[in-house]
Amino acid sequence: MSEVLVVVEATKEFGVKKVTLEMLTLARELDTPSAVVLGGPGAAEALSGKLGEYGAEKIYAAESEEIDGYLVAPKATVLAELVKQVQPAAVLLASAQEGKEIAARLAVKLDNGILTDVVGLAADGTATQVAFAGSTIVKSKVTRGVPLVTVRPNSVNPTPAPATPAVEQLTVAVSDTDKLAKVVNRVAEQKGSRPELTEASVVVSGGRGVGNADNFKLVEEIADLLGGAVGASRAAVDSGYYPHQFQVGQTGKTVSPQLYVALGISGAIQHRAGMQTSKIIVAVNKDGEAPIFELADYGVVGDLFKVVPQAAEEIRKRK
Amino acid sequence: MNIVVLVKQVPDSGADRNLRSDDNTVDRGSANNVINEMDEYAIEEALKIKEAHGGEVTILTMGPDRATESIRKALSMGPDKAVHVVDDALHGSCAVATSKVLAAALGTLNPDLVICGAESTDGRVQVMPHMIAERLGVAALTGARKLTVDGGTLTVERQTEEGYEVVTASTPAVVSVWDTINEPRYPSFKGIMAAKKKPVQTLSLGDLGVAPAEVGFDGATSTVLEHTKRPPRSGGEKITDEGEGGVKLVEFLATEKFV
Repeated sequence: MSEVLVVVEATKEFGVKKVTLEMLTLARELDTPSAVVLGGPGAAEALSGKLGEYGAEKIYAAESEEIDGYLVAPKATVLAELVKQVQPAAVLLASAQEGKEIAARLAVKLDNGILTDVVGLAADGTATQVAFAGSTIVKSKVTRGVPLVTVRPNSVNPTPAPATPAVEQLTVAVSDTDKLAKVVNRVAEQKGSRPELTEASVVVSGGRGVGNADNFKLVEEIADLLGGAVGASRAAVDSGYYPHQFQVGQTGKTVSPQLYVALGISGAIQHRAGMQTSKIIVAVNKDGEAPIFELADYGVVGDLFKVVPQAAEEIRKRK
Repeated sequence: MNIVVLVKQVPDSGADRNLRSDDNTVDRGSANNVINEMDEYAIEEALKIKEAHGGEVTILTMGPDRATESIRKALSMGPDKAVHVVDDALHGSCAVATSKVLAAALGTLNPDLVICGAESTDGRVQVMPHMIAERLGVAALTGARKLTVDGGTLTVERQTEEGYEVVTASTPAVVSVWDTINEPRYPSFKGIMAAKKKPVQTLSLGDLGVAPAEVGFDGATSTVLEHTKRPPRSGGEKITDEGEGGVKLVEFLATEKFV
């Protein structure tokens, strides 16, 4: 029996993120999952219930101001020590900015292989990755050291498997070199109650066709009715209709929800790169020749300012 | 300030991209190869810093012979010179080995600031800035949407999922940028002509003291076993709104159990 380390992603507001539960589910297929919480003092306590519910047999907690106050270097140092100590079968991290960055430093520290954007992992360590904007499926394997695998959100269906994890506190010993990038301010931006874009099972996005920032209320309305997140095409973001952190596409977020609703989005390759692995795609666009219809499971050619309010009304009626 | 910008040549993300069937590497031979889009923002940021604070901007590229085209294109935007790490043994290198080579090359250039794009459009792996910083023992400020230079102090604003953070470090450091940071300039005709005469130094693995066995397929820490093209999505039902489009859309969502 060997451990599979799952590096926990959590937010203060929502607690353990869904991708963490996906990683615990994946880890159970491989061997025995141990969750690793890297955060400020008291971080693990609030999360242990959820981590246990999804099968963490053990929780390693590294809690220190030194971890919270700098970019990822201290986290990588603590994790490298843990990997040397427990010799896990694999280390799983979220395939988002921080997870990839911790994995990057860990790979150099341990002279170890790393695989990113993994959507599946077999017991023999063979990983499935999607490349080139979802157009190519790659099977790959780490050939040196402990596999460091970053898992893309919405790849696995998280299933509970209750365990009662013991919490083991780790010693946090970081060097001055780990403390070079100091976080001097964190500013929270109001996002309301919508799910996080990359984790949402429904994403409703608006494009240039939405016309202006004010009209994005229509997009938000449909998103809220469907319990989804709001996204935007690059054209909409560049035009100032919606903030950049919601951009879906080649130079934005990659999403893979159960349902993707594209409103007033033509479907340029830049946008398709970020959403074409969605399970079901529906589109509303006034241009019947728009490339988005080539991938939409259901498309409505029409004026979104007529179609979308009618759809909103119909959803309300059915609720 | 001595600034080095990392530039990668990638297959155009606007066209069909493939992995090679013989050795599973990115097919560059049949592709239209361009500068990684995000790197243009890195070049622009470096030039702005040079214009405000003085110094020199050097392009650093690791890649095959044909990457020269991208190096000249990068130089036409205004950087002073370039270094091209080129060696047949590099073909098939993994990210870990690539970072070793780039760190060795940076060691010969001794920069105050290394700027790169947050990710490349081909791999989208996003690990290079931290790998290089880890090897050089310097700070990495990643994903910048704003960069301020005040003497030897760098301040970066970076987007997070909850909002944004402000992070500082002293030089030397590595900074990676998103496309929200600036608007890259177009090369002028004068810039294009001048780029032809700018010095491009080539370095081999031997020049950098890196053994061929540490890079390429032999030195790789991971391997691609196989790859397949995902069958393209096909369009499903498409209707034209004749007054009932919204209702019909919801009917579809209901059959799929979203409503």
